Amino acid sequence: MASTVRIDRIRCQGHGLCAELLPELIELDDWGYPILRREDVPEALEAHARRAVAVCPVLALRLERGPRRTPPPAA
Amino acid sequence: MNTALRLLDGPDGEAGAESLTSHQLRLGTLPPPEPAWLIDAVERSGLLGRGGAAFPAGRKWRSVAERSAGRAVVVVNGAEGEPLSGKDRTLMAIRPHLVLDGAEVAAAAVRAREVLLYVGTEYPAARSALMRATAERGAGRVPMTLVEAPTGYVSGEESAAVQYIDRGLALPTTTPPRPFERGVGGRPTLIQNVETLAASALIARFGPGWYRGAGRDLSPGTALVSLSGAVARPGVIEVELGSTVGEAVSTAGLSEAPGAVLVGGYAGAWVPADAAWDLSLDPVRLRREGLAMGCGVISVLPASTCPVQATAEILSFMAGASAGQCGPCRFGLGAAAETASRLARGAGVAGDVDRLRRWCGQLPGRGACGHPDGAARLLGSALSAFAEEFRLHEERRCGSTRRSERVA
Repeated sequence: MASTVRIDRIRCQGHGLCAELLPELIELDDWGYPILRREDVPEALEAHARRAVAVCPVLALRLERGPRRTPPPAA
Repeated sequence: MNTALRLLDGPDGEAGAESLTSHQLRLGTLPPPEPAWLIDAVERSGLLGRGGAAFPAGRKWRSVAERSAGRAVVVVNGAEGEPLSGKDRTLMAIRPHLVLDGAEVAAAAVRAREVLLYVGTEYPAARSALMRATAERGAGRVPMTLVEAPTGYVSGEESAAVQYIDRGLALPTTTPPRPFERGVGGRPTLIQNVETLAASALIARFGPGWYRGAGRDLSPGTALVSLSGAVARPGVIEVELGSTVGEAVSTAGLSEAPGAVLVGGYAGAWVPADAAWDLSLDPVRLRREGLAMGCGVISVLPASTCPVQATAEILSFMAGASAGQCGPCRFGLGAAAETASRLARGAGVAGDVDRLRRWCGQLPGRGACGHPDGAARLLGSALSAFAEEFRLHEERRCGSTRRSERVA
């Protein structure tokens, strides 16, 4: 089962470690905040993704089991 | 016929708030509060939320009802933070009982134990109309309490409203959980715009079939539209969905030659005037075309006014309105506003337009709420509608006769 990367945008402080460890999926914008190239993690990158989640100093990165959920009701 | 009076039917708005007697004589009483029937009726009516996101109201009600167990909360959203919108405060001020009927119907449908009237602090006429109306109605099935919504563009965003009511901070929170799962006091919460609730009150009375009798394009019903800018008679009108931007503007008349039209508000899009008139005022149609109905704002930019300047002013507002919690919104909107302002005042540097284009593509989906997405839509529309003007400004030239004119 594939997994999905999620970023808590309020927690994220732009430390940028995720982009170093997972450049295949994450790049940084001009201010050092992550841009997700894609959310679903290919199996070959699972271990790297888990490492990126583990090193985020503010715990803003999460790995969710399963494909992307359909968005629930918005405002 | 471009106006279809349903929400604004009845006594003239100049007369102020409609009394309970007049309201009941005109519309009759509400049907018995049968939750399953009400949810089904709103679902089948096809009513979409009128706060900006155009989410199906019935589906939202069902999501809250499923989790309620009699403890849900209904928040009547009258924060109206969009600077060019006036429809919510108008509706609350002149048809308070229709709004409260909607709140009552929604509360019955989701088995809520309380209703909070979340009304913008700058709208005293709306607040006093609702207060007087609740007093007129006496103790109803569910207690209704007024909460003043603080000034601010994001105050009306669902999670910000919940956090303000619970903790006094009108800041969006990370979702999930969404308010329908865990909202006010941790309880399932239905947050619905005042116009959506008013429409629900009519659907409860006259049924979904009646509601679907209006609507000429993809979505049923009518909507309130706030007209501003280069129009002779700015204000709030009601239109049948699927009528055109041109029809709506013609009810107010142009006051000078138009250059472009802002459709949907500050989180909406610029459309060159020639292309705007035939646009269908239908949230689903507009979304298909990459636009947004938003909260129903239509603002006409005069041809004599510099569109780069007008765009820079909106972006500056949006940057200032950012809650500043998420880096991409805080820094991205700030930089975009600064760059657009620099171009507008003739101090642009080579590469500015490309930078704007790049940032614009990077903003969507990178905030806890949709604020950066809205600003990006506005900026993207400007870069395409006013491509030639932006190019000229990068060379520190301007094709407009008037350089500084507020959009509002």
